[in-house]
Amino acid sequence: MTDTATLASRRFRPGFWTFVAGLLFLAFLTVTVIRFTKGLGAVTNLSDKFPWGIWIGFDLLCGVGLAAGAFTLTAVVHLFNLKKFEPIVRPTILTGFLGYSFVIVALLLDLGQPWRIWHAIIYWNPHSVMFEVAWCVMLYTTVLAVEFAPVVLERFGFNAPARFIHRLITPLVILGVMLSTLHQSSLGTLYLIVPSKLHPLWYSPMLPVQFYISAIGAGIGMVVLESYLSKRAFHRHLEMDLLEPLARGMVVALGIYGLMRIQAIQRNHAFGSILEFGYEGRMFLLEFTLGVILPVALMSFRRLRSDPNWLVAGAFMAVLGFVMNRLNVSITGMEAASGTRYMPSAMEIIVSVGLVATGMAVFAFAVRNFSIFPGGPIGADPDPKPGA
Amino acid sequence: MGMGLLFDATRCVGCGACSSACKEQNKLPGPVEEVLTAYTWTTVQPQEGLNVRRMCMHCEVPTCASVCPVAALVKTPDGPVVYDAQRCMGCRYCMMACPFEIPKYQWDRPVPIVGKCILCSSRIKEGKPTACAEACAYEATVFGKKEDLVWEARTRLRQKPGEYVNHIYGLTEAGGTSVMAISSVPFDKLGLKTNLPGEPPAMRTWQVLSNIPDFVAVWGVLLYGVHWITARREDVAHAEAKDNGRENRS
Repeated sequence: MTDTATLASRRFRPGFWTFVAGLLFLAFLTVTVIRFTKGLGAVTNLSDKFPWGIWIGFDLLCGVGLAAGAFTLTAVVHLFNLKKFEPIVRPTILTGFLGYSFVIVALLLDLGQPWRIWHAIIYWNPHSVMFEVAWCVMLYTTVLAVEFAPVVLERFGFNAPARFIHRLITPLVILGVMLSTLHQSSLGTLYLIVPSKLHPLWYSPMLPVQFYISAIGAGIGMVVLESYLSKRAFHRHLEMDLLEPLARGMVVALGIYGLMRIQAIQRNHAFGSILEFGYEGRMFLLEFTLGVILPVALMSFRRLRSDPNWLVAGAFMAVLGFVMNRLNVSITGMEAASGTRYMPSAMEIIVSVGLVATGMAVFAFAVRNFSIFPGGPIGADPDPKPGA
Repeated sequence: MGMGLLFDATRCVGCGACSSACKEQNKLPGPVEEVLTAYTWTTVQPQEGLNVRRMCMHCEVPTCASVCPVAALVKTPDGPVVYDAQRCMGCRYCMMACPFEIPKYQWDRPVPIVGKCILCSSRIKEGKPTACAEACAYEATVFGKKEDLVWEARTRLRQKPGEYVNHIYGLTEAGGTSVMAISSVPFDKLGLKTNLPGEPPAMRTWQVLSNIPDFVAVWGVLLYGVHWITARREDVAHAEAKDNGRENRS
């Protein structure tokens, strides 16, 4: 690695996926312009009956949830001292930081008056879960940025500040784990206040704990997935010796979470709505089978965990089931009480997809230019794959 | 307890004078709409042969005020739940959370705010009744101290037991409200929510939020403790490895 900061742009050759990402980004800009000239009603299918759509259900709830790998792995490495996982901490922190940035950009579009987002700093309401969410987003994004800073600082030769951050790593990680615990659970707490609106298949007084534990499970799944996508994009090997034990952690987290869900449904006497096999019942079965039953069952076998294909499949199912759960809580479970059906508009979907694509592009850029993976920056791939 | 309104569905003729008076008082643009919007804060809807008013119930422990991250919605001691548009950042959690589905949004504006009945809080400060109560020629909506209104409602239910459902809507719903209703038809048939808990929904989130300081202290100590133990274990392992080496050499 050279000391001078030459970015990898000269090695960068635009391909098909760059074109797609560029197109998505332009569409995203167009939607933003319409949003701020014609109002939220012009770009979204939101209404007085259904005020929160996929920008909250997917961008916020999933963006934060799938960033949970960052606090899980930093805790494993720095607090539980399992140093062998160190090589995958950096990509995980990067994913976490990008996830949170994704959430903030989505919020800037979704909020009615985003230029007042700082109001939560001066006008306090400690009774509000949203107030807690706002502070957790602000503080944890800062913690993630500081945790990631050494990677950037070292790249440009600022070794002294990087060493300083390294010395502070323990309190920093503890702060990060604490904020994440509060934040992941607070997204579940958000829905505690709608006992008369959220369907009994999803409502539970334990929602905060359910959100926290499922985020750990899916966050680990995300770590496996991003290792796989990086492998495809940059021809890296899959660190099976690290990912296999991580999958065990995923089984434990999802197992506890699955039991909690069953317990909650039993308490709500809601098994009937599964058997009825209506809209909510079908969505629940799909979510629960995909996100809990299959990954727990499959990943319980060492033979399947140790097979890269099965491992990636298990992680993918866990992540997909997690996304379905958050969409079910925020959309499916709220529809009956609202008396209306909500389907996101094309423009809402463009924003969400555009943001995911941007996140992937930034990740790829970072991997090419910084020491994200052990062994330093990775040269551009002649033929970038979907993960790039 | 503050001021409130009592709506008697058996007296309402559905003239809509309350809605028009509300538009005028609060300078809301456009004609009176059929359902509540950011520009129509109260409506009169025909239901089951009666007419029923829809408006903010002004809860005693308002869910909207509890969820608002910037405290733009506040319950005043006079009774009204008021809204400070200058604070609102537009997260719409109030709309999500309100058990009566009252706050509405300006979906058509690039710089939107929430719209809902504020119980003519400025008029109440001047000692005047709300515009809607003043406009009502049939005393279907009456304004007064909440305890007087409860007394009045109870009297009507007692004097004409056959003509009313024996329930004052708003006495216990979502922890009680400043706006109450009585009717000859069950309230769910009038389109009012009857599946609401008697405890304010705000208590459910407060139970969690009020534990955060304790949680931070315990979780912080626990996490540091874990680090302490694992780091110590590593130190001990290192020291032992070193000792062993020395013994072997000697």
